[in-house]
Amino acid sequence: MLPLKFNVNACNSCPTGDCLVKCQYMDVDKDTAREQMIKIYNGEDSFVLHNCVTCYACEEYCRRGNHPFYLIMEQREQKNILTAPRAITNQWINIGEPTGKNRLGQIRERVLSLGFMPELLQMVGGPLFKDVMPSYLFGNDFFCNVVFAHFAKSSVIKERLPVMIDKYRNLGVKEVICLHDECYGAFASLAPAYGIEVPFTPIHYYEYLYERLQTLADEISPLNIKAAYQRPCSARLSGDKQHYVRDIAELIGVDLVHREYQDENALCCGEVMGWLYGYDLKNDLQRRNCDDMVESGARYCIFNCNACQNALSEKVMKLGIKPVHMIDLCRMAIGELPKMEV
Amino acid sequence: MNDIVRSLAEIVGEQYVSDQNEEAFFYSRDPGLMPDHKPDCVVLPETTKEVQAIVSLANREKIPVVPMGAGLSLTGLAIPLKGGIVVDMKRMNKIISVNEKSRYALVEGGTSQGALKSYLIRHHPRLRHSLPDAPPAATIAANVMIHGQGRLSQQYGFNSDMINGFEVVLPSGELCPIGSAAMTSEWYSRGAPFPDLSGLFLGWFGSTGIITKLAVKLYPNKKLRDVEIFVIDNEETVPDVVFEITHTELAEDILIFTQPMPAVFKDNHHVSFYITGDTEEELEFKRKMIWRALDPFIKSKDGGFMSIPPGVKGSLTEMPQTSAARIADIKKGGGFEYSGPVVPVEWYPQCARKLSELAKKYNLAYSGMIRIVAGGHCMMYAFAFAFNRADVDMVERTKKALEEVSNFVLELGGMYWKPNVDEQNMAIERMHPNTRNLMKMIKSNLDPNGIMNPGNWEVL
Amino acid sequence: MNYEEIIHRCFRCGYCKLTGDYDDFNCPAYRKFAFDTYAPGGRMWLIRAWLNGEIQTSARFQEILFSCATCSNCVEHCVFPFSDDLVNIFIAAREEMVNTGILPPKVRDYFKNISTNGNPYKEPAARRGAWSEGTVVESYDGQEYLFYIGDVGSYDDRAKKIARAVGELLVKAGFSIGILAERENSDGNEVRALGERGLFEYLADMNIELFKNLGIKKIITLDPHAFNVFRNDYPSRGAEFEVFHYTQVLAPLLEAGTLPLKKFEANVTYHDPCYLGRHNDEYDAPRTILRAVEGLRIIEMHQSKENAFCCGGGGGNFFTDILGGGKDSPNRVRVRQALDTGAEVVAVACPQCAVMLDDAVKMANLDDQVEILDVGELILRALS
Repeated sequence: MLPLKFNVNACNSCPTGDCLVKCQYMDVDKDTAREQMIKIYNGEDSFVLHNCVTCYACEEYCRRGNHPFYLIMEQREQKNILTAPRAITNQWINIGEPTGKNRLGQIRERVLSLGFMPELLQMVGGPLFKDVMPSYLFGNDFFCNVVFAHFAKSSVIKERLPVMIDKYRNLGVKEVICLHDECYGAFASLAPAYGIEVPFTPIHYYEYLYERLQTLADEISPLNIKAAYQRPCSARLSGDKQHYVRDIAELIGVDLVHREYQDENALCCGEVMGWLYGYDLKNDLQRRNCDDMVESGARYCIFNCNACQNALSEKVMKLGIKPVHMIDLCRMAIGELPKMEV
Repeated sequence: MNDIVRSLAEIVGEQYVSDQNEEAFFYSRDPGLMPDHKPDCVVLPETTKEVQAIVSLANREKIPVVPMGAGLSLTGLAIPLKGGIVVDMKRMNKIISVNEKSRYALVEGGTSQGALKSYLIRHHPRLRHSLPDAPPAATIAANVMIHGQGRLSQQYGFNSDMINGFEVVLPSGELCPIGSAAMTSEWYSRGAPFPDLSGLFLGWFGSTGIITKLAVKLYPNKKLRDVEIFVIDNEETVPDVVFEITHTELAEDILIFTQPMPAVFKDNHHVSFYITGDTEEELEFKRKMIWRALDPFIKSKDGGFMSIPPGVKGSLTEMPQTSAARIADIKKGGGFEYSGPVVPVEWYPQCARKLSELAKKYNLAYSGMIRIVAGGHCMMYAFAFAFNRADVDMVERTKKALEEVSNFVLELGGMYWKPNVDEQNMAIERMHPNTRNLMKMIKSNLDPNGIMNPGNWEVL
Repeated sequence: MNYEEIIHRCFRCGYCKLTGDYDDFNCPAYRKFAFDTYAPGGRMWLIRAWLNGEIQTSARFQEILFSCATCSNCVEHCVFPFSDDLVNIFIAAREEMVNTGILPPKVRDYFKNISTNGNPYKEPAARRGAWSEGTVVESYDGQEYLFYIGDVGSYDDRAKKIARAVGELLVKAGFSIGILAERENSDGNEVRALGERGLFEYLADMNIELFKNLGIKKIITLDPHAFNVFRNDYPSRGAEFEVFHYTQVLAPLLEAGTLPLKKFEANVTYHDPCYLGRHNDEYDAPRTILRAVEGLRIIEMHQSKENAFCCGGGGGNFFTDILGGGKDSPNRVRVRQALDTGAEVVAVACPQCAVMLDDAVKMANLDDQVEILDVGELILRALS
């Protein structure tokens, strides 16, 4: 029944307790950290199970390859500890329900996955993706299901993720370029954590973009802009790809401003906090995040995730910062899109 | 009928009367489900004097007169049940004047919602009126006549509450000013502090008189406007949520919707509320206060705020919402009708359960659309069904479902909003006999010949 | 009937009658007749009733059917998913009416004259190019562009002035143009809009063949009606040429400032022709041209661009006059709207609009207050 691959010995001998010590929402020392993780593993109650805000960061903080956040998710469901209101949880379960209404291009061994993000459909028609298009797919049958981690619904993940992966299997694809960070996380982090076999190689779209930009180097005009990067929660599941943000920025002439809230210390977009906890936490988070962007001198905010973009676009625009998706930024750099003036 | 047509032609001009088959067909029905009844002729007056002359003539000749706006009640209130003359008021569509300081607009009996909205945006941007979600060709006077609700009803009551008086053509043909207009040329009151005579006409669907001029209350129009949606899985919780939101006194409109599709809305109840402000500070303050007011529900997991995708927000903040009209195409059949009784907010759970029960029983696409009125003193709960006009079976099933809604409302003790003829008769029968007799007395005195939209409110 | 499977979906909600901001009624037939039956929703419900046998063919039903100016305001503003096909439905219904053989006399006459004389004016086809006598416009003989005039520009006195002005302007601007003159045939836009499918196909195929034989690859039209039918309805019949409205080829030149223009002081408002604007999304080229003239104070009417109020000439009404006259006729209404802006000149880009609005100015005795000028005429004035 797909048990989580969690190595409690790694926790026992952990010298830092980074998972909870580094948590941006709980104030925990390393001994408490170790103690609580072991309690959670043993099925006991813990304040962590009630206070974790589902930012996914501890998946990155853990240096020992363990899965603290997935464990929290598992045990929450075991104990019927709800994170979000029932109506919101059910809403997402309904949104993600496969309906068979998909859009498939000419599927080849290498395919571009748009998951279930309609905003991405407008972004893939140009030179950047000529290499792989028209081999693409979009639809809720390809919904990655990672979002259910926010709702402590590992049961839904276990039910739907294997079916979704099977659909890929049946298409016979060998490489899947994931245009949404969460999709990549589903294949590279979540599925392996549950021992679900992934019969293809997932490629993070940043990696793809970086390669393409190098091939299209002649078309690149440096953008010469100062930009802040908005790191989504799902990026915590693929911390090894974070370096591409800088790599791409360098290639296309973007000055990635130094921020307080960046890399490991990044702040998530806060939208989920609103669902779970109401106004104050979300407002505080978003305010600090945006103020930080302003203080660091950013004139643009680069988004990796359309959901973050929906959550923060209006707010950053009001502060005179232009929101732009990473793909659109690259399109601007090769002249496919006109450069957005601030 | 020919003499009548000739006389009407003398009143309005030949090109504005028709007893032709084409007009008879079109004006005999509306986009709802009520059976058609042909008029003898249709007339398009341009002035109040013309309306008076038409009504006098009809009274003399004992011919029914049926006033009509855009005919969008969907319950057949402008269908000439006993034939006669349909008076299409839409040529009387001027915006006569706007008094900014006292915040009212003077319009004609056929002025459209859209015309007033646009006029205010262009000439008086700090003022707005309570716009319903009906298509903008709907007329203000007809909406007031049927006690419609709009964007400001949550704050200020029915759209018929938001008027400062009117001029009405009595069945005798006489013109009668109602409200402060009876005393002066200023329009600042519908009736108070004198006896409020507007009740002799509002809600009577033209069966006691035709409104030819109307003073509409205007309200502050703020620069910014936003919407939030609070989602609840259990219908029992909804009244409490409404209570808390209305307690803050900070929401503009509160609209609740429940529908099985698209998947994102399945099985939940969505309390959407709108906030306005002239500054970000004002808007954010209201947002914060209402979010905080709902904290207890979030904590207990009984409800939560959903994220609204940018495209959807545009459609929710449109005024009027074009999505309301598009319900008619859900079954690709141009058909849409709803029974929208006015009931206490406390009865939300029963209504919600009835709606899904009926949808299941009759296999229909449905939408529950609820508007909170006057701070939660009551609500309009619309049991809406979309149907394909060309699918005879679906039309029949829809009619049956709506009939069951009427019966259900009667049992509950609700009041039908813009009741069709059958619902009117059910209401009359159930009514307290003294109240019924009072209605009888009013109707028989005002319209002894029974010419005004006969068939409606047949208390006689 | 084509589109029969969607006509029952009309909700008769009235969005189609209005402008985008709901400010005013924008359907010319509804403005004129004021009965709901003449609005798109009414027409739609009546077509369904007619097809179902609930109403019979009558003079009034035909008036309702043929009073539609095909201006596409309803297409623009209907909120339903089938909105794109509203005018197509009305044309399809007209085709059904044509098939019954029972037609309003003016409609029947129009078809007859086109068939017999090749134009609706009953003028000799041989005189079709007479307007160009004394001008620098030459006969087509392999020039880069065919300059296609159309029925109205070839035979109507007022419109001939526009043909001469635009022809001269195009030559002065350096375009290599030639006209077909007596070899030119009717383009068929109105024939199609009035429902004579067979005659339209005959005209279209004849023109396509002629253009092919003459090696015509590019066409500049005087009239947006011709532009519309060449662009949208000829390709599916095998046409292979590029087509432009004359304002589209002139705009870049005016913008670049290559033509020597004098100052022209006037308050001017621009009236969007339906067949250039709503039907073909060209709102900018004529405005670009006007903006290039120093001294012109351009004031937009509130009902402009995709909300422009039709002059009433479309859908064949220019010839059949089903919409009729009177103070509520669309051209009279439109002139009043133009005057409200304080304009002394109403700029148009369609000879049919020019004639319709000119007539309205005359009927309302406004000759001393406002002048209707085609964009080409205006530029030519600013050139000399």
